Amino acid sequence: MARAVTPARKTVNTAAAWIVALIIFFPILWTILTSFKPEPVAVASPPVFLNFDWSFDNYRTVIQQRGYGQFFWNSVVIAFGSTILGMIIAIPAAWAMAFVHGPRTKDLLMWMLSTKMMPAAGVLVPIYLIAVYFKMLDTQILLTVVLMLMNLPIIIWMLYTYFREIPVDILEAARMDGATLFNEIVYVLTPMAVPGIASTLLLNVILAWNESFWTLNLTAFNAAPLTKFIAGFSSPQGLFYAKLSAASVMAFLPILILGWFSQKQLVRGLTFGAVK
Amino acid sequence: MTMTMRALLGATALCGLSAGAFAESITVATVNNGDMIRMQGLMSDFNAKHPDIQVNWVTLEENALRQQVTTDIATGGGQFDVLTIGTYEVPIWAKQNWLSPLNDLPAEYNVDDLLPSVRGALSVDGTLYSLPFYGESAMVMYRTDLAEKAGITIPDSPTWDDIKAAAAAMTDKGNEVYGICLRGKPGWGENMAFIGAMNNSYGGRWFDMDWKPQFDSQEWKDTVADYLDLMTNYGPPGASSNGFNENLTLFQQGKCGMWIDATVAAGFVTDPTNSTVADHVGYAQFPNKAGVDNHGNWFWAWTLAIPASSQKQDAAKTFIQWATSQEYTNLVASKEGWRAAPPGTRTSLYENAEYLAAAPFAKMTLDSMNAVDFSKPSVQEIPYTGAQFVAIPEFQGIGTAVGQEMSAALAGQETGDEALAKAQALTDEEMKAAGYIQ
Repeated sequence: MARAVTPARKTVNTAAAWIVALIIFFPILWTILTSFKPEPVAVASPPVFLNFDWSFDNYRTVIQQRGYGQFFWNSVVIAFGSTILGMIIAIPAAWAMAFVHGPRTKDLLMWMLSTKMMPAAGVLVPIYLIAVYFKMLDTQILLTVVLMLMNLPIIIWMLYTYFREIPVDILEAARMDGATLFNEIVYVLTPMAVPGIASTLLLNVILAWNESFWTLNLTAFNAAPLTKFIAGFSSPQGLFYAKLSAASVMAFLPILILGWFSQKQLVRGLTFGAVK
Repeated sequence: MTMTMRALLGATALCGLSAGAFAESITVATVNNGDMIRMQGLMSDFNAKHPDIQVNWVTLEENALRQQVTTDIATGGGQFDVLTIGTYEVPIWAKQNWLSPLNDLPAEYNVDDLLPSVRGALSVDGTLYSLPFYGESAMVMYRTDLAEKAGITIPDSPTWDDIKAAAAAMTDKGNEVYGICLRGKPGWGENMAFIGAMNNSYGGRWFDMDWKPQFDSQEWKDTVADYLDLMTNYGPPGASSNGFNENLTLFQQGKCGMWIDATVAAGFVTDPTNSTVADHVGYAQFPNKAGVDNHGNWFWAWTLAIPASSQKQDAAKTFIQWATSQEYTNLVASKEGWRAAPPGTRTSLYENAEYLAAAPFAKMTLDSMNAVDFSKPSVQEIPYTGAQFVAIPEFQGIGTAVGQEMSAALAGQETGDEALAKAQALTDEEMKAAGYIQ
C-alpha cells in the first residue's frame, strides 16, 4: 500500500534527489566548465567557478591538433559492432539457459561470470601475441572481437535475468497454438523482452565506448578510438587540464546524448524487468 | 567466371595497384609536449619535401608510451616506425638490439653540430642510436623582484648554503610566497629526478662498484636532511604531491621565490600569456655542496629513434633527420620566433645571435648542459652511467619505490632516516633479485 505523500515531504524528497544528482553529476559539470577555461584559470587556486572568459579555444585547439572524426568513427564501429556481435551470440545462449534449464546451467553461468574476475592485464600478452600472429593489431575487427568477448558474460547474464522473468506458460501457450521455435522467439519472446534487450544493448554500448584498457593497448593509429584521443592530451610538462577536459567532453558527449534519448527505455529495462 | 566476378577481380587488382602508388605511411609514437605539438603543426614543410611519405601520429602519455612501445618491440608487433624516447631508454634499448643504429647519416645533417653531451648520451660504444629533438638540464629559476625586495643576490653558481639563505629571506608565508618550490610527488622521473640530482651535487652515488646501494652513506643522509629542511621551512604546503606541472603553476602564479627544475621550464615561466611573473625571472646554475665539483648532472633529452622491428626504415630515417635538423630549427624560428626553437641539441643554435637575444635563458641552459657528464654522473667511482637516473632497466621500479619513501618523509609520515633505511632495504632486495649482488 502506498503511503500518503504530504506536500512538505514531497519538497524534501525532491530537494534530496536534486542534491544527490548534483553530487553525482558534479565531476562531469566541472569537466565541462574547465573545458571552456583558459589553461591558467583551469588550475587556479582557489578554483574559479563561473567568472572567467568563456571560450571555445580549447575545442578549436584540440580538433586542430588531433582531429576528431576518425577517433569518433572508430569508437562507433567498435562500440556498436562489439555489442551487436555479442547480442547475436548471447540471445540464443540466454534463451537456452532461461528456458531449457539443465543441471549445470547455474555452474555455467557462474563460470562465465568468473572470467570477468581475472584482471584484464593477465591476458594482455597472450592476446597481443595472437594479434601479432594474425597481423590484426590496430584493426577495428580485433577490437570489436576482443570487446565483445570481454562484455559477453555481462550481456548473457543481463539477458538471462530478463528472460527468466517471462513466464514459461506464455511460451507454452504459443507452442500449443503451433508456433515454431523461430516464431516463438521472434513473435512471442522478443516483443516481451524488448525493454530488457534494449537496456542490455545500451549498457553494453556504453561499456564498450568507455573501455580503455584494451582500446589503449591494442591500437596505434588506424583503429584508435576516443579513449586514445583523450589519453594523448595528458602532458608531463606544461598545462593541459583545459584541453584534456575539452577532449573528454567531446568523447563523452555523444554517449551522453544517446543515454538521454533512451533514458526511458533504459530505466524501464533496468527497474521493471520484462513483463512486470 | 561471370562478368560480375571478372569486373570485381579487376577492380580489386586496380585498388591494389593504386594503393601501391600512394604514399608510404609511417607511424610515429610521441608524447604530448609543446615541441612535439608544434612539429605536428609544421608538417606541411615535410610533406612538401617528401610527398611520398605520409606521417601518422600516435600521441600517448609518457608511461603509456613506454609500456605500449616496449610491448610492441618485445613481441615484434611492428606498429611503430619512429619512437619518441628519452635518454633513459636509449642506452638500455640499444643494448637489447631494439633500435636501429644511425651511423650513415648524410653530411648535410652535420652530426658534429650535436652537443657533445647529448651525442654521448645517445650513443652506445660509439654508435649513435637516436637523434635528439630537444634537450634539457636543470637550473635555478628565481624571482629577481623578490630577491631585490629581500636584499639578496643569488650568485651564478650558488651553493646549497646560498640557496637556503635565499629561501629563508624570500619566504613570506602570510602572503603565500614560499622561498623554494621543489618536486615532492613520488616517481623515478618526478621527485627522484630532483633528489637524485641533488645527491649527485652532494657528492653521493646510488651504488658503489659492487652495486651495493648507498642510502646509508653520509652524502645521502645530508641530502635528505637538507631537502626536508628546505621544504618544511620554506616550501609550499602539500609539497609531497607537487611535480613539475604543479610547481610550474605555483611559480607562474607568483608563489615561489625559487624553483629548481628542468631548464625547459624557463620557456614556460617567461611566457607572458600564462605567467604573471614573466618579466622577473633570473637564472643560476644547479647548486652544489661547497667543495663538491658536481652541479647535479641533470640531463634529459627527448629523442627520435627507429625500432629495429619497423618495416619502413628508410622513410623513418628520412623523417627523423628532417625533424632534428638545423633546417627544422630555422623553420620553427621563421614561423614562431627564435624563442620557440627546440633547445639543447645543437651547438649552432647557441652561436646564433638572434636566438641568444630572444631567449634570456639560453646561456644558462647551455652552461648547464655542458656541465653534464653522462658517463660519470657522480664524483665517486660508480659502475653505471646516467644522470638524475641510473641507466639500468631496474631503475624505474627502484626509483619509484624510493621516491615513495621520500615523499612519505616529506609528508611527515616518517623521518628522513627511516625513509633512507627503507630505501636501502628495498633497493638491496631488488638488486639481489636482479642478480647484481650475489
